[in-house]
Amino acid sequence: MSDCHSCASCSVAVAPPPSINGTKPHVVAIIGPPNSGKSTLFNRLTGLRQKVANFPGVTVEQRLGRARMPHLDREVILIDLPGVYSLNPRSEDEQVTRDVLQGTMTGLPKPDAVLLILDCTNLGRHLVLAAPILSLKLPTLVILNMADDLKSRGGQVNTAELASELGAPVALVSATKGDGVEKVFQFMEGTAGGTTSLAPPRVELPVLQDIPRCRQWAHQVGSGAGYQAPAPPAWTRRLDAIFLHPVAGPIIFLVVVAGVFQTIFRGAKPLMDGLQAFIEHSSAWLGSVLPDGILRSFLVEGVGHGVGSVVVFLPQILLLFLFIGILEDSGYLARAALIADRTMAKFGLQGKSFIPLLSAYACAVPAIMATRTIESKRDRTATILIAPLMTCSARLPVYTLIIAAFIKERPLLGPLLGTQAGALLGLYALGFLAAIVTARLLKSSVLKSERTPFMLEMPPYRMPTLRSLSLRLVDRSKVFLRRAGTVILAVSLVLWIMLHLPYHDGKAPEIENSFAGMVGHTVEPVIKPLGFNWKIGIGLISSLAAREVIVGTLGTIYGVEDADANSSGLQQRLQSEITPGGAFALLIFFAFAMQCMSTMAVVRRETGGWKWPAVQFTYMTFLAYLCALITNQVVRSGIFT
Amino acid sequence: MLQMSVNRESHGTRHSGSVPTTLAQLPKGEAGVLERLDLPEDIARRLMELGFLPGHVVVPARSAPGGEPRVYRVDGSEVALRRETASRIILKPPSKGVGKAREL
Repeated sequence: MSDCHSCASCSVAVAPPPSINGTKPHVVAIIGPPNSGKSTLFNRLTGLRQKVANFPGVTVEQRLGRARMPHLDREVILIDLPGVYSLNPRSEDEQVTRDVLQGTMTGLPKPDAVLLILDCTNLGRHLVLAAPILSLKLPTLVILNMADDLKSRGGQVNTAELASELGAPVALVSATKGDGVEKVFQFMEGTAGGTTSLAPPRVELPVLQDIPRCRQWAHQVGSGAGYQAPAPPAWTRRLDAIFLHPVAGPIIFLVVVAGVFQTIFRGAKPLMDGLQAFIEHSSAWLGSVLPDGILRSFLVEGVGHGVGSVVVFLPQILLLFLFIGILEDSGYLARAALIADRTMAKFGLQGKSFIPLLSAYACAVPAIMATRTIESKRDRTATILIAPLMTCSARLPVYTLIIAAFIKERPLLGPLLGTQAGALLGLYALGFLAAIVTARLLKSSVLKSERTPFMLEMPPYRMPTLRSLSLRLVDRSKVFLRRAGTVILAVSLVLWIMLHLPYHDGKAPEIENSFAGMVGHTVEPVIKPLGFNWKIGIGLISSLAAREVIVGTLGTIYGVEDADANSSGLQQRLQSEITPGGAFALLIFFAFAMQCMSTMAVVRRETGGWKWPAVQFTYMTFLAYLCALITNQVVRSGIFT
Repeated sequence: MLQMSVNRESHGTRHSGSVPTTLAQLPKGEAGVLERLDLPEDIARRLMELGFLPGHVVVPARSAPGGEPRVYRVDGSEVALRRETASRIILKPPSKGVGKAREL
């Protein structure tokens, strides 16, 4: 598969190319209701040979993977479809699933076979999906997952009977443990080799639009196969007694949220410091071995400062995803959404918006991707629009630098909280406040909607597996590093070139006379009322790519050799460059402004056009400008001195 | 940030003696049989897919602090709903066998 699957502009090219030996690849779709263990099975079958992309034109994520067949010389491509309860096309997920299965999805061939995965601890309800799938008349394997749970909780089912009831082969599988997975491979080898034939179902399929009829059919099929539902999950009941306890529940919830925060900030720090030191050393080493010249200057100043300052955030982002992975795989996230629902409802949102907003404290990009679980399109858009107002980790370097330079450390709450930490906390609170007020505004105007009912299935608690957690981390690292290697690298390159041109007498110009300097001088009249000079102007423009870029840019501009390692020099330069009014205005500006191209790109992808990113950019920039202007004027007028 | 009041734990207590007619009035732990869903078509279908079908037994379980949303046990799974949704889910009168209905 080509490498361009996650890039938005070429998302149409999702068709798997012919495999190496020339034969057409065998395409198998995996489908199942939410919480049936579909993704676990997909991971089990494909391992690391998978890719995440969007279906063309819609925001639904598709995952493609390759399964290696033990006894077959033909490539099998697996498509992981979204979790759905039916094929009635009401949500985007259901529409996509239906289009793929009927072969009408652009760029994807009609699947040659289907793996229908059902949770056999709740077979009665899950079998309902078998009716529309079997009516497609594609070779289908019905996979009864969670076989281990069924057995341990005293349920049973006769797979041979079920197979003849349905007219399709049935396999009892435990995707987490890997039991029975060989039967899935055997089925795929059979369909790929053309040796599987279709049998008509013994029980006639029901009218698909009639849900009660379908449920009745499922019940009839289940009892025909001697299905006995297992006892209720005892552990889930016990854990819910704690996690949903009227007093202990909210306390645990707050501890979990605080713990996530604390770990993202403190726990990631040694890792980030290590990575930072590594990047600095590599830069320094490059500087010492390369001959003085354009290449060295570009690699050290451009790549080292630009890309390096962003790659440093990788540990933080991975930790966040590890947490979200544990919370999601264990089933706690559904309870957290339940507990947060009432609070979120006050701002016009719902419990499902809580999860993305929590992740937005690390980075808005994964947060916006996490909004996919929100069914209501308007709620989802509102959540996407407010997510970048939450204080993401890229603001930290900017905040830290300015606070250290302009706020004197004094005890605020005794030894507990100093003025500097207090200022930082205040900026976090400000971002949160802006986010919820914006949500309220949006939900009572352009995104006004009937209160969408909150319907959330509570999955049983399960132990997260190391396998699925590490797959998530590898997946996210790839996405993150690809971005750093493209967008951020490009900006660093452009800035570096702009700072070194036009040449005069074979020498790079003074920064003031460079192209970047000219741009800075052009915007100076606009930003002067905020207390910013032309150098800050260059920083603001370069930080349109990513907020933290301003630190590196100012470092380069101020001629400090290494902005990150010697930030006290940068602090002193800042103190002489801008007034306290300008400094506070800069803090406020960064709290509100949409200085992040990756976020804009992901918002465009997730909302399917430029409209919302444009609205968001305009609103946030306007808000940032206005509040920074007020801040500068107020501080300058000397009310607080 | 969180509503801690627990006084509305069971909605049925206020009308003790009177019969619950909607799911929102059914006390925690007591079984009720669904009659119909008084909700817009798309929401009703979504609920039916989640197991809220006429004739099925529903049992209210735990809730978020403050009494809602509440988790309901239905058709082998647990689904959380807000009170505004539960109050539009109509139960069968007990003469049709609610009292003896067993949890699935």
